[in-house]
Amino acid sequence: MAQVSSIADEQVSTPLSSAKSILLRISKFNPKSDDSSKFMEFTVPYQKWTTVLEAILDVKKHFDHSIAVRYSCRQATCGSCGMLINGKPRLACFTKISELDSDVITVEPMNNFPVIRDLAVRFEKLFDSHQKIKPYLIRDDSELESDEREFLQSPKEVEQYIQFANCIKCGLCNSACPTMTTDSSFVGPQALAQAYRYVADSRDKGKDERLNIIDESHGIWRCHFAGSCSQVCPKGVDPAMGIQFLRGYLLGFRS
Amino acid sequence: MKESTIMKIHYGTALAAVGLVAVHILMRLTTGFADSLEYENVLANYRSIPYVVMLELILILLSVHGFNGLRVILLEIKQGRVYEKAVSYGCMVAMIGLIAYGSRTIIMTNIGMV
Repeated sequence: MAQVSSIADEQVSTPLSSAKSILLRISKFNPKSDDSSKFMEFTVPYQKWTTVLEAILDVKKHFDHSIAVRYSCRQATCGSCGMLINGKPRLACFTKISELDSDVITVEPMNNFPVIRDLAVRFEKLFDSHQKIKPYLIRDDSELESDEREFLQSPKEVEQYIQFANCIKCGLCNSACPTMTTDSSFVGPQALAQAYRYVADSRDKGKDERLNIIDESHGIWRCHFAGSCSQVCPKGVDPAMGIQFLRGYLLGFRS
Repeated sequence: MKESTIMKIHYGTALAAVGLVAVHILMRLTTGFADSLEYENVLANYRSIPYVVMLELILILLSVHGFNGLRVILLEIKQGRVYEKAVSYGCMVAMIGLIAYGSRTIIMTNIGMV
């Protein structure tokens, strides 16, 4: 059952001088009690700077306190507010309503993640896969003695991996990945991109160890190079490119 | 066997098969299409050792590539230790079975059973 409400009549955080409004459709689903998800609909006023997260929080504040949504920093740094916005995985805090060019905005939980409730999903699998590829520098002399300097790198060496270090673990790439939809054991683009991040780091000595971890039946070879992971990354990371580079190591084209 | 080794075989068999199938098609074009499928002509092809070696190689290459592709598809559809073992061994047995069945025709022709 859809509920249509207007928050224009109430006190809202978005100024009422806004003439524009959109229909916000929010997916409601509690796996413990519901058989399927349903959409609640709300009319929300917005300014050109209003983000989808702000619209959701307005609805949560004034109409339905029970809406479950995870968020924290509101500046695309914490990676908490990933969701499907009009069918595409995006960060709600990083998506302005005015950018979407639509009078109707539908928000749903991310694909390929178990739903906790409404828009909040479980991240255990993402973090397990991330941990599995050993996301830290591996070397025998990692503990610096007092008289030693830090491990220096040239700008060229930093350039090899720096974009991959921007990953905020929001899970949008895993949500967009078509392989993850059917293969629940697939390690996923997020973990593979992070594997490349450390393999390409000149300070790291754990390349063979990491390549062995991803070289298994549900590892890197299950990527079909759809490239959707790179399309949706809000931080400009290109996991698809990292995956191809990793394949280069495994096929002997890179060393 | 490591997955990267399996995938190297997968890519290698695909490239080799494309080359050999091209040669096979070009050789078929040396005669008319209908003549090419005449019973006597087919038997003659099977008795030509270089040609039959190429046919056997095509059979092996396509079987290895095809059944590994099938294995990969099935592994992506469903997961589970028992299921995955069954798929891997099932594809291996089916591959060997197909190669054996295809080779049987060549052997029968060359030992005079046809």
